[in-house]
Amino acid sequence: MKSRVPYVFLALGAALLLFGSYWGLFIAPAEQYMGNVQRIMYVHVPTAWSWMLAILWAFGCAIAFLSTSNMKWDSRMEAGVEVGVLLAFMLCCQGAIWAKPTWGVWWDWDPRLTSVAVLLVASLGIMALRSFVDDPHRRAIWSAVATIIASVDLPIVYFSVKWWNSLHQQQSTPNTVSSAFYIPLRVNAFGVLFLMIGFIWLRTRVAALRLRQETAIPHGYEEAGELA
Amino acid sequence: MLTAALRKELLLQWRTRSQMMAVFVFGATSLLLFSFAIGPNAEMLRTFSSGFLWLGLLLSSTLTLAESFHTEMENRAFEGLLLLPSDARALYYGKAIANWLQLTLLGCALVPVMVILYDAGTTALLKLLVIIMLGAAGLSAPGTLYAGITSQVKAKQMLLPLLLFPLIVPALLASVKATSLVILGDPMGQSKAWITLLGAFDLIYWSLCGLLFGRVVED
Repeated sequence: MKSRVPYVFLALGAALLLFGSYWGLFIAPAEQYMGNVQRIMYVHVPTAWSWMLAILWAFGCAIAFLSTSNMKWDSRMEAGVEVGVLLAFMLCCQGAIWAKPTWGVWWDWDPRLTSVAVLLVASLGIMALRSFVDDPHRRAIWSAVATIIASVDLPIVYFSVKWWNSLHQQQSTPNTVSSAFYIPLRVNAFGVLFLMIGFIWLRTRVAALRLRQETAIPHGYEEAGELA
Repeated sequence: MLTAALRKELLLQWRTRSQMMAVFVFGATSLLLFSFAIGPNAEMLRTFSSGFLWLGLLLSSTLTLAESFHTEMENRAFEGLLLLPSDARALYYGKAIANWLQLTLLGCALVPVMVILYDAGTTALLKLLVIIMLGAAGLSAPGTLYAGITSQVKAKQMLLPLLLFPLIVPALLASVKATSLVILGDPMGQSKAWITLLGAFDLIYWSLCGLLFGRVVED
């Protein structure tokens, strides 16, 4: 019997996200300078936090796999990378929606934006690599190596783009948040976090099942397999 | 062992030097094509010349990197190499150094093309050489590792750039900025900072990729 805990996480996450977004959209005051556009922050910032956690999770799983060679870490890493791709894609979309009315452009070479985009492409590359390798063990090692290399790259990308940008222009972004905006932000942060945990959990289960199917001995060969 | 591996790679490259020529022609062609994106605006071409040089080198590098494992993958010679009583890291560093030398040579060969096409000359040739060497090192360390992975995969031509391009963004950025400062002048003395960044990137990936290569080729 599989545990129902991931579904509890998903339900709790969805409920918190609904509650927090309602608060953010209708109860919290509009921001003084940006107006209602700023309300996207209530999903954008939590998505960014969860994305970083997902990447960190995948990185940790990759190291755990390379040091233990236990395939359960491979399934967990696959889930982390895939949920990370989803969150990074959402981040880029939300960022673009926010940037258009605020900065006047869909895209800006902001270090955070660029780093997310670079890692999104890198994660898609890892997923493509996984889909082209049939041998589960090799697939696990190679994608773990690629995940470690891409994760190490993240701070360097951030740092270099920041440097590159600061030599041209200084982009001002609102970093300080007043207490009136705290509650919906906090609630949504936990909402997205729980959703992410639920998704990673379920995706890990799918990955593990597929792995079992791939490595299963075909019908009629069970006895021969045992003898061997 | 490392010197033996490096000697083998250099010998292989020397014997397939016509291929090197073809890659150079490819790089020069892409430099020619980039200028059509801008149009015959001499000032703008000069401004963007360093970016074009590095993009040309990057595109050419996918060809040379993918080839670096090709010969050994035929007839499963690579498995024989792995059976040798030595560290797989020596194989990696041999290939990475050979690729680095090849890319440096290619970069240096593309510079005159850039100077002629974009009128982007400079007298700080030694500095330019250092930047090309560091940038080529940044391409070859992760590039050799990923070539080792993708050479054993079905869709190798597609996967190598897909994995490599996002990774080398910092190295590309730093190389382009440093080269552009050398060509267009550097009144604020910023190029040193970019060269340091490039050096740090090289240091991280030359050690990390060497560390991980042993796991990539194990069976």
